[in-house]
Amino acid sequence: MMVQMIVDGVVAASFITLGVVGLSMIFNILNFPTFAQGDHIATGAYLALGLVALMGTAGSIAGLSFGWPLILALIGAMVLNGVVALALDKAIFAQLRRQNASRISLIMASFGVALMLRHLIIVFAGHEPHYYSFAIQPALDFGGVRITRNEVVSVIVTTVMVIGLHLFLSRTWLGKSMRAVSENPALARVNGIDVNRVILWTWVIGAGLAAVAGVLLGTVVQIHPFMGFELLLPMFAALIVGGMTSIYGAVLGALLIGLAEGITVQYLVPEYRQAVSFSAVILVLMVRPNGILGEKS
Amino acid sequence: MDLLSYFVFFSVTAGIFGIATLGLNLQWGFTGIMNVGIVGFFGVGAYAAAYLTGPHYPDAFGGFGLHPLVGYLGAMLASGLVAAIVGIPTIRLKHDFLAIGTFGIAICIQLLAMNLKSLTRGFDGLHSLPKPFAALAGTPFRANLFYLIMVLLFIGLITFALERMVRSPWGRMLRAIREDEDAAAALGKDAFSIRLQTFVLGSMLMGLAGALYANFLGFISPQDLLPIFTFQVFVMLIVGGSGNNYGALLGAVIIWVLWTVTESVLGAILPPTLRQQVSAIRVVMVGAILVAMLLYRPQGLLPERRNASREARLKS
Repeated sequence: MMVQMIVDGVVAASFITLGVVGLSMIFNILNFPTFAQGDHIATGAYLALGLVALMGTAGSIAGLSFGWPLILALIGAMVLNGVVALALDKAIFAQLRRQNASRISLIMASFGVALMLRHLIIVFAGHEPHYYSFAIQPALDFGGVRITRNEVVSVIVTTVMVIGLHLFLSRTWLGKSMRAVSENPALARVNGIDVNRVILWTWVIGAGLAAVAGVLLGTVVQIHPFMGFELLLPMFAALIVGGMTSIYGAVLGALLIGLAEGITVQYLVPEYRQAVSFSAVILVLMVRPNGILGEKS
Repeated sequence: MDLLSYFVFFSVTAGIFGIATLGLNLQWGFTGIMNVGIVGFFGVGAYAAAYLTGPHYPDAFGGFGLHPLVGYLGAMLASGLVAAIVGIPTIRLKHDFLAIGTFGIAICIQLLAMNLKSLTRGFDGLHSLPKPFAALAGTPFRANLFYLIMVLLFIGLITFALERMVRSPWGRMLRAIREDEDAAAALGKDAFSIRLQTFVLGSMLMGLAGALYANFLGFISPQDLLPIFTFQVFVMLIVGGSGNNYGALLGAVIIWVLWTVTESVLGAILPPTLRQQVSAIRVVMVGAILVAMLLYRPQGLLPERRNASREARLKS
């Protein structure tokens, strides 16, 4: 039971992790919590769904309910999702930055973008859930602990993405520039860092990983217009628990929130799954307002 | 007659939105408190009024059958109480965290409404809630007309009170805290207490809106507590002009007109199989209006008026 709970928690954490990276990057580099991050997850899933429909099948390899067509669709969805995010930045957020709009205006605008994305999905694809494939996936049984192959893939892909992100942030010029801008934009600018380029890649990486989260979630559960919105509160919780200022903290926060959700679903009341993340937020804000990994004030 | 009764129905709903928007204006427009959980306080008010005024339900708590006016008062107290409980730990937080916190509160309240069946009857909802003066009015149309008059009276009273409040020294303090909390604190103003006061007062108005809504429709269920409500109220305030009570009311009317007109127009043009699309297009449209306002007219249609004390005016 205990092991099953941890396994379920880690699976739930993988989607939160992939989503919270973008949230954390935008929070630190563009300076506002975007309420649209959840819906970028959903658009990613739907873009991949469209590409799978174009190819006619999600394929199947190695006992998974999907194969190369879905993997190709995932790559396409990452790129397209990045394009969507960049277009929104150019049309809305860049303009607001130019006007020196307040943080509140940016939050409000992201609120508007979130609703527009979510309801554009409904306009084009309806309320009904969709699936990449209707293949039935038997769960693997490891001495009583059950997990599907798709869930295993989600956890592996997330781990690989997080390691890749770490290497990118610590080894590449662009990654280091991003960290510099998030620490001190003015100082980064006088040191010759192209802040606009950093902002561009912030959106692309955030939306790209959101697409991965959406597609994986789609292979494990289902694709529906509110799939990303429902992840928004857990993602905010992960960001806050992790101390807001670091991507690594946010990833750790995602793991904690995922495990907390695993415990609630297993032992307490599954209906209140979303309330768990919220309680975590309130608890952390009251006890350590700068998060678990955050600096002491 | 049909058109007239539709107009009455429409106006009552617009008025209820207007009251919630006035509440948000006090919190956000004047004091800069970012409440993204409006629908939560609206819901607390709606359910509180339902318990106080509704009939007895065999499978749920409540049903005291009190007069709706008592229900409204109780709803305001309940929402104010919830706002105080929630506000004490969170109101110190910066905008972003307060936004996330209030957003979470609204989701939790909706979860409670859905799942706490012994209290709320879940999606079956609480029904048969009474309208005040319905017996006196006789016909349903006249009952709605009386309701409209009552809502308008409430709006008049609330607007009058709010205008007095924001023009008082207390009101100028709100704006001082909004513009520069540190400077206000340095002048000896207790920012925490003032922020909490406006948070509670604004939430009470949202609770009143919820109660008026529940008793008007005679029914409340978790379906009425969707995040879209919060969004509508925000757009109403931003379109009308945050920091201006008349702007808040104007915004409520304009957005509610657009919302209902789009539904009838799109509903007439598009086939009935596209109903989902019709309601989704409305939301996209309102989202676009919000973003356009933020970009091109952030002060709203009726901008905030400057307000200085008489002494300061005499000096300048």
